[in-house]
Amino acid sequence: MPEPNVSAPPEGLTLIHSKAAAFYDHYERKSELQNQTHYCPGCGHGVAHKLLARAIDELGVQDRTVLVSPVGCSVFAYYYFDVGNVQAAHGRAPAVATGIKRARPEAIVISYQGDGDLAAIGTAEILHAANRGEAITVIFINNAIYGMTGGQLAPTTPVGCWSTTSPYGRNIWNEGYPLHVVETLASLEAPVYLERVALGNSKQVMQAAKAIRRGVENQVKGLGFSLIEVLSPCPTIWKETPVEAQRRVREELAQLYPLGVVRDKTKDAPRRPAPSFPPPLTALPELLDIEESETLAPPVPASHDHADWRIKVAGFGGQGVLMLGEVLAEAGLAAGLEVSWLPSYGPEMRSGTSNCHVRLSARPVDSPLVTQPNVLVALNEPSLRKFLPEVAPGGYVLYNGPEPPADCRRPDVRLLAREFVALADRLGDARVGNIVTLGALLEAAGVVEEQFVDRALARLVKQARLLDLDRKALAAGREAVHQEAPHDIP
Amino acid sequence: MARQLIKGNEAILKSAVLAGCRAFYGYPITPASEITEAAAKYLPRVGGVFLQAESETAAINMIYGAASAGVRVMTASSGPGISLMQEGLSYLAGAELPCVVADIMRGGPGLGNIAPEQSDYFQVVKGGGHGSYRTIVLAPDSAQEMADLTALAFELADKYRNPVFVLADGTIGQMMEPVEFMARPVAPPRFPWAVEGNAATRNNLVSSIYLEPDALEAHVNKLEEKYRRCEREEVRCEQYRTEDAELVLVGYGIVARLLKSVVEELRSEGWPIGLLRPITLYPFPTAAVRRLAGQASLFAVVELSTGQMVDDVRLAVEGRCPVEFHGRTGGNIPSTDEIIRFLKNVWGRRRAAPRVDELEVLHA
Ligand SMILES: Cc1ncc(C[n+]2csc(CCOP(=O)(O)OP(=O)(O)O)c2C)c(N)n1
Ligand code: SF4
Repeated sequence: MPEPNVSAPPEGLTLIHSKAAAFYDHYERKSELQNQTHYCPGCGHGVAHKLLARAIDELGVQDRTVLVSPVGCSVFAYYYFDVGNVQAAHGRAPAVATGIKRARPEAIVISYQGDGDLAAIGTAEILHAANRGEAITVIFINNAIYGMTGGQLAPTTPVGCWSTTSPYGRNIWNEGYPLHVVETLASLEAPVYLERVALGNSKQVMQAAKAIRRGVENQVKGLGFSLIEVLSPCPTIWKETPVEAQRRVREELAQLYPLGVVRDKTKDAPRRPAPSFPPPLTALPELLDIEESETLAPPVPASHDHADWRIKVAGFGGQGVLMLGEVLAEAGLAAGLEVSWLPSYGPEMRSGTSNCHVRLSARPVDSPLVTQPNVLVALNEPSLRKFLPEVAPGGYVLYNGPEPPADCRRPDVRLLAREFVALADRLGDARVGNIVTLGALLEAAGVVEEQFVDRALARLVKQARLLDLDRKALAAGREAVHQEAPHDIP
Repeated sequence: MARQLIKGNEAILKSAVLAGCRAFYGYPITPASEITEAAAKYLPRVGGVFLQAESETAAINMIYGAASAGVRVMTASSGPGISLMQEGLSYLAGAELPCVVADIMRGGPGLGNIAPEQSDYFQVVKGGGHGSYRTIVLAPDSAQEMADLTALAFELADKYRNPVFVLADGTIGQMMEPVEFMARPVAPPRFPWAVEGNAATRNNLVSSIYLEPDALEAHVNKLEEKYRRCEREEVRCEQYRTEDAELVLVGYGIVARLLKSVVEELRSEGWPIGLLRPITLYPFPTAAVRRLAGQASLFAVVELSTGQMVDDVRLAVEGRCPVEFHGRTGGNIPSTDEIIRFLKNVWGRRRAAPRVDELEVLHA
């Protein structure tokens, strides 16, 4: 970036004389030449800065203003503006501004960006900030080139124009057409105010002053997203005198990018609801659905001293596999045991099968993974096939079906095959097949006392009708264990 | 408060709110989405901000904005999203902004899969962004620690004005265990350096630019001093039956729980075996490893990756004894039997040839 040594305003820009209060008197964040800006003579940034500082002065919001500076020649905007300053990564200013505005709705948050910053690398951020109607003001300096990095192509560079990365001129077959930012944003519902202005002569500068003020004022009034695009000279990269550069803004850029208001919803924009008052800290646990200590688990009953249940529950999605596991874990917790519950997750769930690992133990659970279950609940055949070989000798297997397939048996495990889901269907709802199976498991293996299971169900099932049905299902499952069945292995 | 059965992911968010977090910006990704969904549910209730960003790039920059404005803020993601956040993390560290990021790791590289892995260690612990910076990294191994270490993460983030990671794998994120939350919610603190948009903070600047070489070097040195202090004060690890261990296992997160079973089982067979579980991955428990390397004759590291943390173990061991590695990827979690087979193999080999040659130590 070329370092300036004179800051004489170019012809036509002499109407701004005195320093705005929103500027520092002395640019102490600059390492040298602290009485002048780093912008080149005739640079549009210098003018736009003055117009913005003026607007901040006139609206009386200097204390409330937070300026987000971009990456580009205006990266050091914070050298000059005597307001709260945050410097953002290249293109991300609208996201940064969003974070600030949402945190401090009273702040006047201004995102100041160049055309590479806003219209190239930061396209997603500006589009979505605009589309959300973030209540911020964006000053968009379109000088149709990358200034800071020495004159590379910008998305806004006119067709045919030279840049260091379009040395033969911008070619539509290679770089496409110049991007029209305000028109693009005008396709969105949310923006409140969009205007394009230019710095091509004093008349245009006066209009730019009004537009920039308007953009800030909208925010002061609590309206939504405003963006002012400023067609701006870059005499240094354009290799022109300030006067020639201004002429080009007037005669070429303003032809390619028509000036004027493309969106004005300031009269009828819906008002953002005021942020709600935060609740007292003491209310947080309840608001977070965290339970109070009355529900604390009772001491471990003696019968569970050696408990070490490693349970795998598997079946089709929709059979209540995960819930069965959760009831067991909740009941174990209520009974004072250490517990863990680990589901299969992601596409596996979507592909139609589902399983979970549950551990109930008198000692802290070392691993939540159950690789050698001593209880397998298989609600369908594929699950039985898949997991039966893993079951520890002497373990319990509950299988939903009239009998296990002939090639799917083990003499060394206690297998109980019943049509649990059909039983549930007879109770009136096949969906409680999981709870019927649970009832059978409790009857056959014990695991955890009924009172704790009942407590777990009461916690997990909020609807009284369903809870009632689940209780019936539990009882039916217990009963089913005692029906004669040819393939029971004791 | 009661112990309540809750998913690790949900525990992170609830604990964060109790720790004073009032803003969450995120983008959905399995297996971290429950954190984002819980944020969407609970933050509005407590007068906080939740926003689903257009990308992780945007999310981390919204965090940069919120942190600049002095709000306790967090996000959650997994491998691909963390990759996108690296730019922002570098800026956050450079501008000395506190925030908390939960990375619930999945399989990579590329889109990989959504099953649990520990292969984000390099990008999280070593810092995937540009510049000389660090992120503090906490590695929970249970739902309870998801809660406890999230609360600690906010404290450390503020203390060091630096991003802090909670690094867990999909298993810890997805599983439910009993959790007891902190008894007293923390009031969101105010920070004198923040830019709040008022007269008191008008002079504040949040920036990571230091144009002059000397100024940038001074800044980087200041950050480095902070990291050195962190290395002195914040190391946490758990040692399990290492008092007399000649074979020292090292693993974090879900793997450490498997290794505990392994230690139990082999101890019952009379093996002199113990476990070192790093809880902070940065700062790494270098001194503890070094101390054990003086007494042990073999280290064995197990990870859900092809070997990332093992580099830090080797650096800490400094060749005092050999370091063996066993890793699984793709979402496969080794069974305790598999680990025991691996240990029997390497332990047997070491016993047979106790003399260690230099080359072998480095490239075991
Ligand atoms: C991620 C990233 N990529 C590239 C750069 C280098 N860079 C700095 S400024 C800039 C272009 C700025 O152009 P523009 O936004 O038009 O602003 P101007 O300098 O013209 O005011 C680029 C590419 C960077 N800082 N960061
Ligand atoms: S290079 Fe162009 S945009 Fe940058 S300061 Fe100079 S004139 Fe302004």
